[in-house]
Amino acid sequence: MQISDIERDAVAEIANIAVGRAAASLRQIVGHEVLLSVPSVDILTQEEASHVVAKPGNRALIAVCQNFDGPFSGRALLIFPETNSLQLVRAILGQELPLEDIVDLEDEALAETGNIILNSFVATMANVFKRGLTMSLPTVLRGDGSQLFAGAAGEKELVLFLYINFEISQKEIHGYLALLMDIPSLEMLRTLVQDFLDTVAPKGAGQ
Amino acid sequence: MPRTVLVVDDSKLARMVACKALAKIHPDWACVEAGDATQAMAALQAQDVDISLIDLNMPGDGGLVLAADLRRKRPNMPIAVVTANIQDEIIARVRELGATFVPKPLTEEALSAFLTGASLRLRKVAQ
Repeated sequence: MQISDIERDAVAEIANIAVGRAAASLRQIVGHEVLLSVPSVDILTQEEASHVVAKPGNRALIAVCQNFDGPFSGRALLIFPETNSLQLVRAILGQELPLEDIVDLEDEALAETGNIILNSFVATMANVFKRGLTMSLPTVLRGDGSQLFAGAAGEKELVLFLYINFEISQKEIHGYLALLMDIPSLEMLRTLVQDFLDTVAPKGAGQ
Repeated sequence: MPRTVLVVDDSKLARMVACKALAKIHPDWACVEAGDATQAMAALQAQDVDISLIDLNMPGDGGLVLAADLRRKRPNMPIAVVTANIQDEIIARVRELGATFVPKPLTEEALSAFLTGASLRLRKVAQ
């Protein structure tokens, strides 16, 4: 399965737009600027994708995960090293809460935050493409990369894998926003990319 | 009068979108494309550029660094930073540079509003 340069470019650019919106939502929640990397887009097996997020020192991960379905389907994840999780929850809930409350609320706070950010991310992509996508409820997963991606596709199955690093300034919290898209969706994506171009400048206009 | 607009974005698609929208609004204006900050500075040396549209999130020097460089070299050039990153800090930094914040996805309406303001500014400077 190949992806052409313009298709890779389109997915990265649309993800860039979507993650910009998602970062603004996260910024509102944590009250600190969110720094973003340039998105990477690749066609990988699910196994290879899990190696990308499971870099050395990143073995124990925690993720909020939501599946989406529609003209294209897949899984969106907000991933952190587990060591960052409580810091993030503290950033969300405020410094004044005692540690035991933070631990109690950890999953709930992560799921809710993930829900806002992932919805913002996926909904912006859906809006750019002018197509509706439905999203599952958020679930919090713990494990290494392969456990987070399990069930998104077969291990050896190819997926379109997109990820972006982010960092919360002054908080030493970093993580990834990742998206795994089913390959059968890619054909649809090609059509949507063309539609996206046409909405801004219809064919023949000022060519 | 016809102007030359420099469009800087690492995404070819985003450059196509911007140039197509520009061609629709001002068919007689020229669009010069650059894929990063280095290419943008080279384009600026090679030809007269009146207005710049700059993406924020690019490999190498990002849009804010490039906008600051452009502002130093060309104090009167209308510059827009185009991004979906609507965080307050970003919008504030864009404004500090005397540039205009234009949200992505770029719409013809938003681009047209920026270009109208840019034309007025250029005319005023020329007087």
